[in-house]
Amino acid sequence: MTQLSTSLPAAQAPVAAVPLWKRLYGRIERAIVPVLLLVGWEIFSRSGVLPPALLPAPSQVLVAWADWVFATDGNTQTYSGHWIHDVASSALRVFAGFAISTVLGVGIGMAIGWSRTVERLIEPVLQILRPVPPVSWIPLAIIWFGIADKPAIFLVFLGSFFPVLLSTIHGVKSCDRNLLRAGAMTGGTPGKLLRYIVFPAALPSIFSGLRIAIGSAWMLTVTAEMVAVKSGVGYVLWDSYYFLRYDIVIAAMVSIGLLGFLSDLAIKLIAARVLRWQRGTTKEA
Amino acid sequence: MSLIEINNATRLFDDPKRKGSVKALDNVSLHVARNEFLCLLGPSGCGKSTLLNLIAGFDKPSSGTVRVGGQIVSAPGADRGVVFQQPTLMPWLSVWENVAFHLTMQGVGKELRRKKAQHFIEMVNLKGFENHFPSELSGGMNQRVGIARALLMNPEVILMDEPFGALDEQTKMEMHAELVRIWRDSQSTIVFVTHGIDESLALGTHVAVMSARPGRIREMITVDLPRPRDPTSPEFNDAKRHILSLLRPEPVTTEA
Repeated sequence: MTQLSTSLPAAQAPVAAVPLWKRLYGRIERAIVPVLLLVGWEIFSRSGVLPPALLPAPSQVLVAWADWVFATDGNTQTYSGHWIHDVASSALRVFAGFAISTVLGVGIGMAIGWSRTVERLIEPVLQILRPVPPVSWIPLAIIWFGIADKPAIFLVFLGSFFPVLLSTIHGVKSCDRNLLRAGAMTGGTPGKLLRYIVFPAALPSIFSGLRIAIGSAWMLTVTAEMVAVKSGVGYVLWDSYYFLRYDIVIAAMVSIGLLGFLSDLAIKLIAARVLRWQRGTTKEA
Repeated sequence: MSLIEINNATRLFDDPKRKGSVKALDNVSLHVARNEFLCLLGPSGCGKSTLLNLIAGFDKPSSGTVRVGGQIVSAPGADRGVVFQQPTLMPWLSVWENVAFHLTMQGVGKELRRKKAQHFIEMVNLKGFENHFPSELSGGMNQRVGIARALLMNPEVILMDEPFGALDEQTKMEMHAELVRIWRDSQSTIVFVTHGIDESLALGTHVAVMSARPGRIREMITVDLPRPRDPTSPEFNDAKRHILSLLRPEPVTTEA
């Protein structure tokens, strides 16, 4: 403890010695390529190589987006000021499907990883279902659940369940046998060992599965909204395509990217908090 | 009555590749009284860890019986605290939560766990590190956490499987002194597996010298040197010389 506090000022000293331009460069380094791409795109769109309707310039996308979000000039017509509502409908579907996948994926994954009997009983079915692309379930999803939230949630569940399941099984199976011995030595029953040793030991793997799953979840929400639902960001995207409003299409694409990024960030932050014991033991801490 | 009673224990391991079996322990009988500090000493592969695992309940004898406190051992249990070769701590739990892991298994509330852990953390000299994670401590410190975890269960017997094998000589000597102090203070019974002659003589009230293939106990030596033991004293060296002569391979002529 005392060592830490004495070494801190020493560690800070070299930071102060870094020249100003270097520190400024450090701040903007990550922005250089994105800005260049945007500028290039703007110039290309305005140059007239392509008809402007086919590739709207970033500035035009921004105008459409601003109206979609804040109802600035009404250029997006029925969507004007409707963004937050569209985002909320999509996010709700993602959240619902993702939550079901997490509960079922972790639960079934723990059972399969822990018990050979459960593994033999359930795995064949899962192995056959797994290669079936979630999108191919759309017809059945529509006849079963109709055109509303439910088919979208079902698809999101299908897409995000397997990453969670597989990473949970992997996490449980790679649990250190010696930790279980230590747990048995301290008088733990199988149920307690599962809860207090196997589950926490599997958490790093479970979280990496959740991060893959959230990506699939957004992908499938948007797909479902294009086909089976009449609201949400995916629906706006597809609907704008019919009305040849590619600026809104791009604004919707960017919105989805942003939402996916934010949900991934949220999981990352939760993981960093739950797995804080890993700090300093892995490369990415 | 002895606390640990092992009668004619044999342990065979199947070797499917060679269609046979390996005899890790051959007809071993061993009695350990309460408050004894027994060191199982022998070369690697002599079955000393197998013997310890039988007492811990991680393994069962192919024939013969293992009793602790009169009860036949059938599974691991909190009456036998084990300190492993590697610290084997839960990496996601802080020092105090690892020490109190036995209480977690029993469903004891956080406040009481924290309170009870403190006593044992201080016993192994880890005060100030209660909230550190195992990854933030050195190997020797983690091994102390493992010892505190075993002590907290107030077990009938503490089983230690080369717990200081990975430590440097200096730290090892410190840990020896501390372990002897803990053994005295807690009035516990310890079975300690080691391949170090000096280590066994520095610690044990008894040393069971084992021979390999098949694993047998060659001789049970009572060590009554005064403590703290001086590893350079003539008596210590006499005992060491005797053990060395036991560990030397038997002359071929006696076997023929």
